[in-house]
Amino acid sequence: MVGPESTAQLMSWLVPGRTLFLSIHLLGIVGFSYIVARRLVPLLRGECDFRFDRPLVRLGRVFKYWLGQWKHPRYRTAGILHIFIFAGFIVLALRAFTVLIVGVSQNFVMPGLSGRAGPVYNIVTDYAATIVFLCMVIAVIRRLVFKPERYAVPTRYGTGHTADAIFLLSLIALLMVADSLFAAAKTAGQLQQGQPVEVLAALSLPWILQKALLSASLPTLGSVYFGAYLVHELTFYLLLCYRPFGIQFHVETSLFNIYFAKLDREILKPVRWGVSDEHLDQVKSFGVKTFEDFTWKHMLDFYSCADCGRCSDNCPANSVGRPLSPRFISIKARDYAFKHYPVFGRAHNGATLVGGRDSGGIYSEDEIWSCTTCGACEEECPLLVEYIDKIVDLRRGMVDEGNVPQSLQKPLKALESRGNPYGKMEKKKADWANAREFQQTCYVKTLDHRNGGDTLYFVDSITSYDDRMQSIGRATAKILSHVGENFGILGSAEKDSGHEVRRFGEETLFMALRDHNVDAIKASGVRRIVTADPHAYNALKHDYKDLPPVEHISQVIAREVKAGKIKFNPIKNEDSVYTYHDPCYLGRHNQIYDDPRDVLDAIPGLKRVEMSRSRDRSFCCGGGGLMLFYEPKEDQRMGVKRVEMAAEAGANVIVTACPFCMTNMEDAIKVAGLEGKMTAIDLAELVDQQIARESQKVA
Amino acid sequence: MMARIFTYIVHKDGVPDDSAFELATAARMIDATAPPTAIVVGWGADLDAACRSVSASYSGIWKIANEALAYPNADLVRQALLKVLPSNSIVLVPHDHFGIDLAPGLSIKMNSAFVSDVLDIAGVDGTHLKLVRQEFGGQVSAHVRCEISSGAVITMRPGAFKAVEIASEGNVIVDKSGEVDVLIAGRRYLETVVAEAGDVDITKHSILVSIGRGIQEKENVAIAQELADTLGGAVSCSRPVVDAKWMEKSRQVGSSGKTVKPKVYLACGISGASQHLAGIKGGPLLIAINKNPKAPIFQVADVGIVDDVLEFLPALTNKVREMRTVAAK
Amino acid sequence: MEILVCVRRVPDTSENEIQLNSAGDDIERDELVYSINEPDNYAVEEALQIVARVGGSLTVATVGGEDDEEVLRREMAMGAHHGVLITDEAFSGSDGRGIATILKAFVQKGKYDLILTGVQAEDGGAQVGGMLAALLDYPFASLVNSIEVLEGKKLKISREIAGGNKEMNEIDLPCVLSIQTGINEPRYVGMRGIRQVASVPIPTYGVTDLGLDACSVGEPAARVKRVDYFVPELGTGAEILHGSREENIDRVLELVAAKGGPK
Repeated sequence: MVGPESTAQLMSWLVPGRTLFLSIHLLGIVGFSYIVARRLVPLLRGECDFRFDRPLVRLGRVFKYWLGQWKHPRYRTAGILHIFIFAGFIVLALRAFTVLIVGVSQNFVMPGLSGRAGPVYNIVTDYAATIVFLCMVIAVIRRLVFKPERYAVPTRYGTGHTADAIFLLSLIALLMVADSLFAAAKTAGQLQQGQPVEVLAALSLPWILQKALLSASLPTLGSVYFGAYLVHELTFYLLLCYRPFGIQFHVETSLFNIYFAKLDREILKPVRWGVSDEHLDQVKSFGVKTFEDFTWKHMLDFYSCADCGRCSDNCPANSVGRPLSPRFISIKARDYAFKHYPVFGRAHNGATLVGGRDSGGIYSEDEIWSCTTCGACEEECPLLVEYIDKIVDLRRGMVDEGNVPQSLQKPLKALESRGNPYGKMEKKKADWANAREFQQTCYVKTLDHRNGGDTLYFVDSITSYDDRMQSIGRATAKILSHVGENFGILGSAEKDSGHEVRRFGEETLFMALRDHNVDAIKASGVRRIVTADPHAYNALKHDYKDLPPVEHISQVIAREVKAGKIKFNPIKNEDSVYTYHDPCYLGRHNQIYDDPRDVLDAIPGLKRVEMSRSRDRSFCCGGGGLMLFYEPKEDQRMGVKRVEMAAEAGANVIVTACPFCMTNMEDAIKVAGLEGKMTAIDLAELVDQQIARESQKVA
Repeated sequence: MMARIFTYIVHKDGVPDDSAFELATAARMIDATAPPTAIVVGWGADLDAACRSVSASYSGIWKIANEALAYPNADLVRQALLKVLPSNSIVLVPHDHFGIDLAPGLSIKMNSAFVSDVLDIAGVDGTHLKLVRQEFGGQVSAHVRCEISSGAVITMRPGAFKAVEIASEGNVIVDKSGEVDVLIAGRRYLETVVAEAGDVDITKHSILVSIGRGIQEKENVAIAQELADTLGGAVSCSRPVVDAKWMEKSRQVGSSGKTVKPKVYLACGISGASQHLAGIKGGPLLIAINKNPKAPIFQVADVGIVDDVLEFLPALTNKVREMRTVAAK
Repeated sequence: MEILVCVRRVPDTSENEIQLNSAGDDIERDELVYSINEPDNYAVEEALQIVARVGGSLTVATVGGEDDEEVLRREMAMGAHHGVLITDEAFSGSDGRGIATILKAFVQKGKYDLILTGVQAEDGGAQVGGMLAALLDYPFASLVNSIEVLEGKKLKISREIAGGNKEMNEIDLPCVLSIQTGINEPRYVGMRGIRQVASVPIPTYGVTDLGLDACSVGEPAARVKRVDYFVPELGTGAEILHGSREENIDRVLELVAAKGGPK
């Protein structure tokens, strides 16, 4: 045990600085409080956001994603480094406070650490400081030598952030050194005076420094002790007050950001929280036009972005050179907030956010239209920053202003007048099913008040009207009829599900389509709904309300395979190697990863490989619905990248479960010059092709 | 007796437009008995040269020379015409950018009937003309009855009537310039801004692979380019392709684009709007490939293929390459 | 600047398959989708942009029936300040001159510096603008693809002429211009916008309001009448190849070779 008098003597080294330390404390705390208060100003001016429900669920997510650092290991090196740093910070937090208080009250001991726990805690912190220090060194080396690509800042988004990052890393390293030096000087002094010594963790930073200081004179040690304390205190407050000016603010905000993160990711943000559909007409302005139209939580997202670049690293739009990088959606908005809501000076509202040319906006129109809402960015973000809702809100704002690319206006108008983006006549919606040759093999009835059925097959526009995709519709119908389903379609009464209409920001048109379909579905009296289009599936399941249960055809097939109702003929072509491409709205947005794979694996003789990017890291094909009409500025097509990934994995057949994926894949195979070497097939088509039917058995 | 028929001659640099001779045909279809009179308006040597050239198809020519008409400003031309034209005349004007400017107002001032963009003359019945027009982007045609008792101004679609040079008997050029004095209008011509020359001059190629909306997106332009490269031709396009910014304006064929005279014209995914067809001259072999069997292009093409251009063109390219390799061996 | 844009509601050719009715005297209109005539929409956008630059207000007017109110609302949702429906039983069957006569009477009720129309309608023939100008004795220019407002009640305009060239003109106000598509990029109008102007009253004008003689308009005055519709024989002159794709390709190459193309 350390005697009280000796401690007093050592501690007295700090006494001359007491007034100085106290003023730095006060200055630091007041400064930090002021800065944070100013940072909260825009949040108070932002739109409301409903994030206060289900506190236990939210706490659970704090444990998983904040304390448990759940998403971090998805990037091995950076993730593990971060976990170490995070753990180190948590451990060191107590010590930092203790040290800070010791400067003004020498005999302070953190409650709980007075007994036996004290030395143990000290040993742990010695190592923690050492690990954090080493992590900083590694991080600096990574930034300077290895330069991971995702940290680079393309010129169109401004200058690089490396200097800022290194400055912050160095400050933390300095804090660790000062902290360790403080402990080392103290124990070195104790040793010289022959006093009982606090045990320093072997080979830790304080331990090494202590060894180095052993030969120093007592007054020198006193100065080092004093100096280390001062540096520690100054660095601590400098960091504290500097963090809200940059990416390190996430240290403070992450806990809140994760607590308030969106719980139901699959449900799109309403136009205005707390305003029902019936009252939407009274809302003056839709969507986000100025910064203040963002919700307070979305603003908190901007503060919380740690600039780690994982979102953009996974963003398909970014990877094909579209002018969109989710990281900079956040960073640009954060910079906007810093500029318009400065810590010193008056806050002032800015102009509209979108429209770079003369309006001084921070986002370009193409940037906002480039997003396919695939969700890869959100899947990756360790801080659960939301992007899709923001993009959709920005689009709502643009649609409200009439600022819609010409290429999208035609299909939107056709959706309004004809209920499909192609402007095809309603009466032709069921032509795919009514073609005589097909009707002889599979009768598909059109449901109405006279012709009932148990199950509705919701076809949606592309499968109904596109010559190629009609084959998916026929395959789906044949599968449903094979398993003995009493099903039908809505025919001309079915309008587009409006899934993309909504995601392109045309909420009013979406609502009209939805209301029409809901009425038609209810009138048909069906008890469940099946679709082969993941976009329709997502819309019916999450965007619509009060409908019978909805299933994707892959779920139906998987179940019927398990139940033994579907049996397969073996694959004949032994050279075929299959790979499954996860459609975004089946996989990431609805977690249906296994059913399609189970179905494929149930087909005898089917060789299947996985692409390096699969399941929740699946790479978007290029987008569906209205995205097919949009003409993005890009260097390459997403689909081409995707078929190249399939080729890399050694596959020559891409199986997907979405008509839009099919469109993009087949186009991409042509563009990539892989015709004859690669084919794409829909899961339903493949199943229909391989199904072992009674008649065949007889034959 | 039928009212006197006049045709308005569009000319440039002393050379009459093809329409000058097409209108002569149309005029004779309306009244085979009375030869029409050509009205040639302008100034200087170009005007005289135009009058001489026109005399190949017209026996009666009215010349109006006026310095203000050195450039054909429709407002001024109208004033000049009103001074010389007898009432109840039938005036034929080409349905081009000038005719659209001139004709409607002229009909009002002459208090005569007006029909635009006529493709054919279906018959004459006393004081009525039965004319053929197209509506709804050429999807349907219509017969129109036009009362001509108080005259008529009719614009004729360029290319719709065969230009026939009819040996004329007389070649009288009547100078009507004296009846026209000072012309002033609220609209003044300033200059003509010539479109930037593109990288490729489509007017100089004998094989054109021309693409329309059926090409669907910008990336697919490459499909047509490959075929053009293989055939030793160039890629041209219709207006929607330019509007969508898939190709430069300099590649556009049509009344608002270039006029081309190739030997072979492959219309790929082009519906065949009249404005586009107006730019195809010289009677090339016109091969139309279109998914829609009802596309109007099939009405004017020499050969039609109902197929998806996105599949047909690459197949065609491959075939040509194959033949080459075989030939090379 | 006070601007009037004359618009029309027409069957949208891009969203319809136009077919003849069984009698052959009209097209099948039951399942047609109507919308604003495309060039008219560009004219409204251009007018809005001019008003945004130099101030003033924009009125859109159409001659038609109750159904045509829909396009007025759409253009009002775009930003037009006033919509006017010019409607009367007596107007039905008007030819181009009749419509121009009606519009002239309406124009004289107000005070407009600039009148715009679309260059042509889907079923019309680029006539009403030029006729209206002549009736009003205003200068006129067609196929306009850019407008610049100059000092001293003048505009600098360009017209789209052959070869992709532009004919630059100066034109005195008041004048009538017919607008070519592509002059601008019209803004989008969604259902929400239309709903927001749903209750704005749209004044109507009839024969007596405009002080017109009923005999000067409508069917009795029309000198041009459509007799019937017909579909010309498919492929007159075109030899449609019915072979397989390979056969068709061979035939095409044969024909091209005959014209001196590659063999």
